[in-house]
Amino acid sequence: MELTAPVNKVIPFSLVDGPGSRCSVFLQGCNIACAYCHNPETQNLCLGCGLCVEQCPAGALSWENGRVRWDKDACVQCDTCIHVCPHKASPKIEWLTPGEVFETVHSYQPFIRGVTVSGGECMLRADWMRELFALCRAAGLGTLIDSNGCVPFEEHLDLLDVADGVMLDVKAWDEGTFARLTSGDVCVVKRNLALLAERNKIEELRIVVVPGWNDPEATIAGIADALGEKTATTKLKLIRFRRFGVVGALANANSPTDERMSELEALAREAGFGQVELR
Amino acid sequence: MSEFMDIITASNLTYGQKLIHLAQAAENCEHPIPTTPEFDWFFERDAICDMHEGNAPYRPRYICCDMERFARQGSDFLRLDAPDNLDDLLMNLQILYQNVPSVTGRPVYVGQLDRLFDPYLDGLSDEEILPRFKRFLNYIDRTVASGYCHANLGPEDTRAGRLLLQADAEVQNAVPNFTLKYEEGITPDDFARLALKTSMACANPAYANHRMHKHTYAAPVDGPADGYTVVSCYNVLPIRGGAYCLDRVKLSQLADLATSPEHLLNELLPNATGALLEYMDARIKFLVEDSNFFQTSFLVREGLIDRDRFVGMFGMIGMHECIEKLLGPGHVYGTDPEANDLADQIMTKMTAQVQAWDAPYSEIGNGRYMMHAQAGFGDQTSSTPGVRIRVGEEPEVFFDHLRHCARMHRFFKAGVSDIFPVEPTAAQNVDALLDVIKGAFAIDDTYLSFYPSDSDLVRITGFLVKRSEMEKFARGEAVLADTSHDGEGNWRANHLADRKVRLG
Ligand code: SF4
Ligand code: SF4
Repeated sequence: MELTAPVNKVIPFSLVDGPGSRCSVFLQGCNIACAYCHNPETQNLCLGCGLCVEQCPAGALSWENGRVRWDKDACVQCDTCIHVCPHKASPKIEWLTPGEVFETVHSYQPFIRGVTVSGGECMLRADWMRELFALCRAAGLGTLIDSNGCVPFEEHLDLLDVADGVMLDVKAWDEGTFARLTSGDVCVVKRNLALLAERNKIEELRIVVVPGWNDPEATIAGIADALGEKTATTKLKLIRFRRFGVVGALANANSPTDERMSELEALAREAGFGQVELR
Repeated sequence: MSEFMDIITASNLTYGQKLIHLAQAAENCEHPIPTTPEFDWFFERDAICDMHEGNAPYRPRYICCDMERFARQGSDFLRLDAPDNLDDLLMNLQILYQNVPSVTGRPVYVGQLDRLFDPYLDGLSDEEILPRFKRFLNYIDRTVASGYCHANLGPEDTRAGRLLLQADAEVQNAVPNFTLKYEEGITPDDFARLALKTSMACANPAYANHRMHKHTYAAPVDGPADGYTVVSCYNVLPIRGGAYCLDRVKLSQLADLATSPEHLLNELLPNATGALLEYMDARIKFLVEDSNFFQTSFLVREGLIDRDRFVGMFGMIGMHECIEKLLGPGHVYGTDPEANDLADQIMTKMTAQVQAWDAPYSEIGNGRYMMHAQAGFGDQTSSTPGVRIRVGEEPEVFFDHLRHCARMHRFFKAGVSDIFPVEPTAAQNVDALLDVIKGAFAIDDTYLSFYPSDSDLVRITGFLVKRSEMEKFARGEAVLADTSHDGEGNWRANHLADRKVRLG
């Protein structure tokens, strides 16, 4: 059977997913669960509990062979299904082959310079992505991976051969802090950081600053240490936590102050980062 | 009260604006240009329009002086020596501008400023140049005070071009409008990025597809090799020449007279087009043969303009409403293939008829009038500019919109344009805008402009106005730039604030 992946959405034009004009592909399903996740409905694949089917006001959801079927044309995008889903999933996905997604991406040429695959966690579909990227490259399109770093890249070196780079999250540095924030294992992130740096595949690194929840100082220092002289040429984005879309423990938490962000920016420059951006 | 007394006693016009209105009213007391019964019939039904250019043209609509030549030679008539430093050049230009007429009474073209200034910058530091440029730009904004006034830049990267962009971002003026002539491979990315950052700061410059435009008109002897310049609301005209007139078929109104698409295509359109062509002939003959403009103007005598580098512009407007009226609901122009095909058919037919017409005094146009997608003015609500898609009905995907633009642009050698408000965040990723320009220009889109969706400077049909100035005029106060008058009505009437924000 041909490889498919659960595609949550394709945005024809994104300003914020890498350099230049890019098409962004979002895949459904994640391997960690960050406390500050802005799109919690992308975390899990649908379990088929059926709760959303009867709630859909447009009759866009139905049962088909034991799975929930979504009728894209009937859907009015009210997001009721997402709000009622108790499993951080969405029924509004399509299982598509790399070829099908490529056709869509390709139709946006010549206005875009590349594609960025994001999630959920897109590295859960590394083989699928490799096929998509090979098609994109052949058509002259750039290829970027947007990853949380919790899937070991060492198991997917052939993907890196067709990817221009990785936009990598480093959500915390201390093992316990990382686990509390994300439920994941920071050791994998650190291994990925070293491997990607060595292969010159880091497009940018990102730290989301969440007051009281992570350790940006230690993260900045840790990354600089791991990158060594490559720190100067690596782009670091420091992103303010914003509560928009967040559910759970951080739903009402505050953003870091401007002063705090400026301090961190100064610290990053001191640590040797040549390009630091605040978002 | 008479029309004259209305103007004389108006409380929302400045002295200068009253003078212009009075001159127009006086001109319109005369009727030297004969019209045909067909012309009158369509004119009375508002299906063809003379753009209120005035009944007795005594100057061409748009004049594009060869400013570089002026810089080289000075002027006998104005008793100005050729400048030998930047200050003299800037002063000479300011004097010249006072003496260049147009349909608005003020220059619509102030020069290809980067090429003009660059040779005069040696020995001056950026710190010395910037305040001079800013003063000069402010001078144009406050004296010309018309959003139809235009300056050009590019396609090459120059020091003067960079400093002008910087100065423009700092002064935040609505006048002049800037166009950057852009061609991939000639315009370096770095320079284009600076221009785009400037567009995101002050809605200027807009972008012209240099590759497409540079062969439109033969270059003047000893003049700029590209032969063209962009003025007013994106009219592409011969440098050292200009446009005699701009008249237009209002397709939106023509459709009201049609009983079917075939009726429009086979009868109304050819008749209206023919009537307008005859009228343009008569207008241009009056201007050239009777008005004595070309016989007496020092601009001609000193070689800053040549009569044989003028063209007549054949305009059209209101394609969106025309298609809507012909095909009825369900066939939305811009997204529906049948609607788009009909629009294509209309333009193909109209263009062929215009290009088969022997136009008088049109040497630089190879004996033909030039097609222009007219963008409208004032508060006309019934006609969407040229071949643009009406605000609120833009295709969902921006790129589909651009493909549609490119398809329709191919008919208009004398200018056609689109305007896109973009997310302010695009300022942080101007490469994305550059990618869009490259893509659009690669598929033969000819002209693009952007402004940040939260900007005080906004584009109306093409010209820029300040939102804050429009609001003042709407409250009944007099404002300096009279394009704020056109802007205010148009902005409200056409829901321009609801333009689909692109690149989000
Ligand atoms: S968003 Fe969900 S609930 Fe709403 S119409 Fe679409 S499928 Fe139905
Ligand atoms: S999307 Fe959620 S609510 Fe709907 S069937 Fe799947 S798991 Fe249940």
